[in-house]
Amino acid sequence: MKYLILIHQGDAPTPYTPDEWAKLSEDEQNAVYRDYQAINQDPRVTPGVQMEPPETATTVRVQDGRTLTTDGPFAEVKEAIGGYFVLEAEDLDAAIEVAARVPAARLGGAVEVRPVVER
Amino acid sequence: MLAALIGFLGDFDLAEEAAQEAFAVAAERWPRDGVPASPGPWLITTARNRALDRIRRERTLAAKTRLLDVPLVTEDTVDETTFRDERLELVFTCCHPALATDAQVALTLRTLGGLTTPEIARAFLVPEATMAQRLVRAKRKIKAAGVPFRVPPDHLLPDRLAAVLAVVYLIFNEGYSAPPARADLSTEAIRLGRALAELMPDEPEVYGLLAVMLLHDARRAARVREGDLVLLADQDRSMWDAAQIAAGRAALDRALALRGSGPYVVQAAIASLHAEEPRDWPQIAALYAELARLTGSPVVELSRAVAVAETEGPQAGLDIVDRLALDDYRYLHATRAELLRRLGRTDEAAAAFCRALELVHDEAERRLLERRLADLRGGEPGGTGDGAGGAR
Repeated sequence: MKYLILIHQGDAPTPYTPDEWAKLSEDEQNAVYRDYQAINQDPRVTPGVQMEPPETATTVRVQDGRTLTTDGPFAEVKEAIGGYFVLEAEDLDAAIEVAARVPAARLGGAVEVRPVVER
Repeated sequence: MLAALIGFLGDFDLAEEAAQEAFAVAAERWPRDGVPASPGPWLITTARNRALDRIRRERTLAAKTRLLDVPLVTEDTVDETTFRDERLELVFTCCHPALATDAQVALTLRTLGGLTTPEIARAFLVPEATMAQRLVRAKRKIKAAGVPFRVPPDHLLPDRLAAVLAVVYLIFNEGYSAPPARADLSTEAIRLGRALAELMPDEPEVYGLLAVMLLHDARRAARVREGDLVLLADQDRSMWDAAQIAAGRAALDRALALRGSGPYVVQAAIASLHAEEPRDWPQIAALYAELARLTGSPVVELSRAVAVAETEGPQAGLDIVDRLALDDYRYLHATRAELLRRLGRTDEAAAAFCRALELVHDEAERRLLERRLADLRGGEPGGTGDGAGGAR
């Protein structure tokens, strides 16, 4: 089954939040890089495109034919999607196991596992 | 039968419809042709073949089931050994953590308990349409998200079993604490508990839960007298179901023989001690301490305080109670009130009863508390009690 894994950084420190990132030990920082790399190398994973952080987003709505834009993501910056990848997994339990290895999940963020419609 | 079909087909709704069609065919044919030698497997085969026909016609589920690899079996050639009992797989599927708790409860009652949607809706006091939607969404989630139909592997089993037991216990408590009209829920929970014990005979916590439910349910008739709640110490023990207490203790013995020491086993041991006269309060207090250690629950600490008060006096109990952060919990204030009453601090006791009354929502509980408050103000002892409402 195919799943889209959506990563929300939430309160998780990332290189984009340098003050919080600096509070992590070097071992912890290396573990983050290592875990993301391991996921990308999992044969079941198709990496997503890498996005700039949520603050760089622009949200678009159209009302009465007029295009309205807002600075920032649709959701709160903390709740916005930070990254994604596609996972081919046997069932939901297998998908959850991979999702649990995403560093954001253990550092204050959250990971969404969304089944993909396959025809 | 439903479990076997769901396992085969991977689809709750298809399984239900196929089962109904099979029953209809049986109702038509068996009076004419006679009942087959193995009616169960006959029904399952008929249902499965009907489902197969439908799938071939519709073709939508073809890729998602394992059926097309299975050779067609005719009704006449099967016997009892052909199909496995897949109720265990079903219960773990219904209680999968990807589903919300109320969905787990509804699905368990619907597919394992065989309750109808209106019955479940009535039991949980929600409109039938709401419950129907809840079930539809849960089934859709299972299919769309790929919740696996299986008993979880060893590394997932402890947490998943805990979730199943929690659902069954939730169902039991809904029936137990609510007015007698929902006693059938408790009975259903006990039935589920027995089925689990049969399916997982080496799991001590399963027997622990069954024991807890049986030991509590045994007191049902004595808990309410003319619509009013009766405290455990005041209950007419002759109204307790001796057979259920014996069954509960047998389940507890089995759990202990399996070296069980988890929260349900400890709770069952406590319930068993409460059913004795006179009560071994020091042992009860010690078991509550162990339960508090296992669960970290302040509510358990409250129960421990009540037991400690019986052995070391009300002040010792009060010392524990006053350390608990349970200000919105009516039983905390009711317990405080009782302990203060025993210490002769009548005004403070009255205030605590009043605070408890602010938090009460059940009519029978309200009347009990009001009675105790009135007794307090009237200067008459309100019965020995053992903490207000904690043990009933």
